[in-house]
Amino acid sequence: MKPEVFHPLARLVHWLMAILIISMLFIGVSMVGDLSLRHPLLVELHKATGLALLILVIVRIGLRLTLPHPPLPADLPALQRFAAGASHLLLYGLMLAMPLLGWAMLSAGGYPRPLQLPAIAPHDLQLYAVLRQAHGWAGYLLFATVLVHLGAALMHALVRRDGVLRSMWPGPVRRSE
Amino acid sequence: MNSPLQGPAKALRLAGIGAVMLALGAGFAYAAGWIGGPQLTPQRIIDTFEAQAGHHPGYRKNHAKGLCISGYFQPSGQAANLSTARAFSQARVPVIGRFAIGGANPFAPDTGVPVRSLAIQLSTDDGQIWRTGMNNPPVLAVSNPQGFYDQVLAGAPDPATGKPDPAKLQAFFAAHPESAAFRQWAASYKPSDSFASTQYHSINAFRLIDASGTAHPVRWQLEPQTPFNPLPGQVDDKQFLQHDLQQRLAQGPLRWTLRLVLADPGDAVDDPARPWPAERRSVDAGTLVVEQVDAPEQGACRDLNFDPLILPSGIKPSADPILAARSAAYSESFNRRSRESLGAGAQR
Repeated sequence: MKPEVFHPLARLVHWLMAILIISMLFIGVSMVGDLSLRHPLLVELHKATGLALLILVIVRIGLRLTLPHPPLPADLPALQRFAAGASHLLLYGLMLAMPLLGWAMLSAGGYPRPLQLPAIAPHDLQLYAVLRQAHGWAGYLLFATVLVHLGAALMHALVRRDGVLRSMWPGPVRRSE
Repeated sequence: MNSPLQGPAKALRLAGIGAVMLALGAGFAYAAGWIGGPQLTPQRIIDTFEAQAGHHPGYRKNHAKGLCISGYFQPSGQAANLSTARAFSQARVPVIGRFAIGGANPFAPDTGVPVRSLAIQLSTDDGQIWRTGMNNPPVLAVSNPQGFYDQVLAGAPDPATGKPDPAKLQAFFAAHPESAAFRQWAASYKPSDSFASTQYHSINAFRLIDASGTAHPVRWQLEPQTPFNPLPGQVDDKQFLQHDLQQRLAQGPLRWTLRLVLADPGDAVDDPARPWPAERRSVDAGTLVVEQVDAPEQGACRDLNFDPLILPSGIKPSADPILAARSAAYSESFNRRSRESLGAGAQR
């Protein structure tokens, strides 16, 4: 029997990560162009939050694979069904890739890592160049995917009115009418 | 379950959703600096260096010309009660580093540039890293990044003469009275004939953290143990300082004393343009011993960013705005030269 809504733990992790990821994207994109006293604080915050997000995404993947989750509405057109599946796969892939790229680029650049984590890539300037650029572009792609995800959630809630947003809503869920 | 909306109600809500997405996208673009007024950014500072000295792929965007060195630091033990940093207590700390001259031109003659620098990395046995980039002037001419940018613009070489326009420099100094201490230093400075007999200063202040958690504001300097000899009036060798360093190190190691100068309450901790009184208490923290030098553009220092905010526990930054700006600009320089290293035929 499939549930009507996501497990409370899945909803908690979803919204916690939503807040952290959107904060991270804004911190990341603003810190590289900032040379004020905010710069070092933002960089520290970015690394600490990135580590927290890496742990959260691993928990999240575990939850997704073990907890039952509600099905998409039966009347959803095939193309939208495909788009939902593909965009979620992309979101999971980017959520996992972003912190790993960050960690690997610090390793390749010869930079110290938070909590003295070990290097996961050799110290190599050319590898650093590739990883640093990949981290940036993956960040833009993640922001675009989050934006589409948000637009789609609002479409479900406000236009289709089909209960999809309610299935992930953070508050208590009213039984549907 | 409600039925899907149709007609004008649907159009209105679609427009609302579009507006939310657009607003978030615009917020992101603003945070990234893609829209909004012109700001002083690390990118703009590095662009300006490249505009003045030319584009030299693969080289550092400032202090472009230098040599990698290695050696060790031997602490005296006298600083261990001021900071818990392992570098002040470990018997012998491996060091790699880089001597360089100021400026963004990797082909400038060594003695054509007054600024000399020494950047070092100390790697302690607790797994921590301390990087510090030091210059020969004890103070900067400016107190903040905008002042620094103004100074770079004022020092732009005149296309006709290849030298900075004296009128522009004069206007800059007139507009920046905080440069008084720097001008006084520059007027009395006698360059030595070697990197080895040059004194290097931390430029910015930091805070040493002792075992009880108390912070001690500090500037540090490397005092040469090699006797001073003035630079000859006429130097023809463009690699004069590099050749000198190679010759000296072929004969034996070179030494500097790392001196920690401690601030009194009221001293300008967050302003790199203002010197502290000469009678401030200082501590001999140990000896830097340089043993080896690598070939130009080779060696362990090449692929490192000597970001002055890479600090071990026991040393923290001050709130000096130039310190934060250095960290941001060094990172941009490192990112650019790493990208350039991917290009075919790029020099490094």
